[in-house]
Amino acid sequence: MKAASPRPDTRSFSLLSLTVAAALALHATHLPLWLSPPLALLLALRWLGFRRGRRFPALLRYALVLALPLGVIATYGTLFGRLPGAALAVGLLVLKLTETETRRDVHIAVAFAAFTLMSALLFGQSLPHTLLVCAALWPALAALLALQPSAGDTRAILKTAALRLAAALPVALIAFVLIPRLATPLWGAPSLQQARTGISASMSPGAIGQLLVDDNPAFRVGFDGPIPPRSARYFRAVVLWHFDGRTWTPGRAAQHLPLEPVQAPGPALRYTISMEATRQTLLPALDMPLQAPTGARFTAERTLLADKPVDHGLRYTLDSATTYRLQARLGARERALALQLPANDDPRTRALAARWRARYGDNAPAIITAALRRFHDDGYRYTLMPPPLGRQQVDDFLFDTRAGFCEHYASAFVFLMRAAGIPARVVAGYQGGYANRVADYLLVRQADAHAWAEVWLRGRGWVRVDPTAAVRPDRISLGAIAAAQGAGARWYQAAWLVGLRDRIDVLNRLWDQTVVGFNALRQRGLLTRFGVDPQRWQSVALALGGALAVVLALGLALALREPVAARDTLGRGFDRLERRLARRGHRRQPGEAPAQFMERIAGNLPAAHASTLRELSTEFVRLRYACTQPVSRLAVRDWTRRAREFEP
Amino acid sequence: MSLLASLRARVTRRHPSLLRQRPREALPIELGQRRIYVLPTAFGIGFGAMLMVMLLGALNYNNNAALLLTCLLGAACAQSMYGAFRALHGLRLEAIRADHAEAGQALRVELRFTAPRRAHAGLCLHVGAAAHDFSVAAGAALNLPISLHSERRGWMELPALKLGSTWPFGLFRAWSWLRPDTRVLVYPAREAVGPPPAGTGAESTPAPRSHELGEDYAGLRAYQPGDSPRRIAWKASARNATLLLRLHEPPDAQALWHLQWSALRGLDHETRIMRLARWVDQAHRGGQRWQLDLPAQSLGPDAGGAHYHACMSALALLP
Repeated sequence: MKAASPRPDTRSFSLLSLTVAAALALHATHLPLWLSPPLALLLALRWLGFRRGRRFPALLRYALVLALPLGVIATYGTLFGRLPGAALAVGLLVLKLTETETRRDVHIAVAFAAFTLMSALLFGQSLPHTLLVCAALWPALAALLALQPSAGDTRAILKTAALRLAAALPVALIAFVLIPRLATPLWGAPSLQQARTGISASMSPGAIGQLLVDDNPAFRVGFDGPIPPRSARYFRAVVLWHFDGRTWTPGRAAQHLPLEPVQAPGPALRYTISMEATRQTLLPALDMPLQAPTGARFTAERTLLADKPVDHGLRYTLDSATTYRLQARLGARERALALQLPANDDPRTRALAARWRARYGDNAPAIITAALRRFHDDGYRYTLMPPPLGRQQVDDFLFDTRAGFCEHYASAFVFLMRAAGIPARVVAGYQGGYANRVADYLLVRQADAHAWAEVWLRGRGWVRVDPTAAVRPDRISLGAIAAAQGAGARWYQAAWLVGLRDRIDVLNRLWDQTVVGFNALRQRGLLTRFGVDPQRWQSVALALGGALAVVLALGLALALREPVAARDTLGRGFDRLERRLARRGHRRQPGEAPAQFMERIAGNLPAAHASTLRELSTEFVRLRYACTQPVSRLAVRDWTRRAREFEP
Repeated sequence: MSLLASLRARVTRRHPSLLRQRPREALPIELGQRRIYVLPTAFGIGFGAMLMVMLLGALNYNNNAALLLTCLLGAACAQSMYGAFRALHGLRLEAIRADHAEAGQALRVELRFTAPRRAHAGLCLHVGAAAHDFSVAAGAALNLPISLHSERRGWMELPALKLGSTWPFGLFRAWSWLRPDTRVLVYPAREAVGPPPAGTGAESTPAPRSHELGEDYAGLRAYQPGDSPRRIAWKASARNATLLLRLHEPPDAQALWHLQWSALRGLDHETRIMRLARWVDQAHRGGQRWQLDLPAQSLGPDAGGAHYHACMSALALLP
């Protein structure tokens, strides 16, 4: 044992600082602003100080160690939880570096840095984020290597660390597949403070507007057949019955309605949706889903609700009919709900609806056409930044501002219909999506969120009407942002860039499906295929133990393996020469020594060749038997070259 | 207690190289897999605990990216086990060369390690409390000088050497005990002060034969470990690649010293040996011819290094 622990290698400290800097950078996006820049500065100063052999002032360190938790409490009100925990961990990690003076300190700091790196993944597990975190293990391992005596130069250290990481990858993948997942967490539910994303179960002004600029993927759809045309790609997520003058909600009364029957369904489309985490239970489904997947149930209006919030992504397979008749007979309760209007609001809208009612009577299609024509012809604009509306929202929109996006049009349209006595409701969900050309699937982003209307027509049931399409057909054919900006190819829609984005999104999808979404259920499915019964822990333990034993044995075999090149270059060189001689009829007798053999052959050869072979023989014997020292590689290589050039 | 003893006996029988109880073995010693042991270091245990915490956290939060990271780190660190093993496996202790030292002095021993097949990095040889870091390149040899403390004259067995490595990450330590059967002869310590040999005519300290002048010698030969550095011909060596040693002219017959065990009466056994050792040394340094008479044998008369070493060995091996 070393009596005194010497100051660690400067390279080791630099590599450690690099690891800590990476951890700091990966956490910087969610750390408070007062924390990350000072920590970065402290880290840089400490690194410079260490290189000059200075110690960090102890008093200042104690002060900082005290100040850090106080600052965290001042910011978050607590020390516990994901965000305060991360702030505390990163802060303490940098402070640990200020007292790193021995090899043992470097050991502790590397272990702590690994933990902090892992905690960065609790804030997002996208592919690039994970790759960055894994890459940060490289300097961490190199820092440990640099502590070894006779570790070699920095390049060798980095190379060894990279090789070790690369060799670890297959083993890590095996372990990743086999480590049993927990069906229920051991302690506290994961923090739900993270903002919900995606369509929510109500539509208040601007709710969808926020989504329309959010380019994050909402879900991806793989169709068994071809991807349906854009105009058929309506994914319903929630049906809104109740309007209070400002906000559309599903309404309490609608919760107890019976499931609306689907009649005369056309050919069914089968498709699989991979959802991103939303922390909600709404599951979008293409109009009109025929059955609910396991782990989810239908509402009365055939939207899907998951049994648990989608915290880690979800995959489900559905069948949908693209032509259908939904609820041919409307009950009294449904009719009452579908005609509900807030009392006394929006008199001008009600008057307009009454005029149409008077003109067209019970001819509902004519009233619908009148409304759509009004949207199309009377100067309505599609914009993502509409002017603000007053208290009489629908009146203000229909008669004054005449500018808005899907939620305004859907809301106003349904209001008009109800005021004209036609049962109607708002449907919120997603529309459109982006067909990836590299792999055959549809990418639906949050920006594809949409709201439309369903009206009930006698004999046809609930019929989808999209008033936004009347204003701006582009919205349906191109998407919300393109429609708002006016059509036309943008620089970011250049063909090569689109192709690149397609490929990157394929990678993201693959990552989400294979790694992020690999939960207890998928693991069970995979293991069952290999004959492991996941219900019986003995079976799982056997698989895990067996895999572990195989990996350990493989590792031992590799550890015992010696480099082939150094083993016996000379012997293989001689074997080659022997084979070449054999092809010319000069065979070595059983039990004949190499020198004896070559001497015998030389006797049968012309003089010039014979002398060359004798030289080879003498040198071979010298290299093979007469050297006590390890034979120099150069001499061996020289011999094999000469043997190769020898042409008998 | 008896249980512990029986366990220890059992372990010693089954794994003679786990503890130090391995029988002495002849050189060269090649480190094979049956004599290399691997265990986690304290840091390795701590790091393992941290990996378990990471694993539990990743599983609890159902975070597969974190789980993948934990698996990757764990797999990379598990290689430390093989790395430490491989650092030792296949290494050979080829030869041991020891200088001569007098009892009580530091004894310089040179261990010659070779790496016949591949490079071995991050090695550490523990001798008692001292540690020596070294590494051997592929196909090369390395002479590792270590220093031992010699206590008594006579044959000294080399202590058990612990060759270890925590390559590459310091998480696992592989070690192997080496007990080469090499013995080193420790010369007796010289008496610090005492009378000159009687009847030699040299009542005072024998005149130093002008070895300060440096040019008074009969010939030169190459320096060998064990030669007295005082006899190095520095001027001649400076003109050569190797160190050269002065060979003195054969001293004349009158200067023959007769060193007799039997003449030293009234002294205890060890003091006699120490005095004789001092006289032999003086005679050797002075370039004298001398004869050493011991109870069982008589050496000389002769002069020079070989005679000196023969005399010192004989003294060292006296019962």
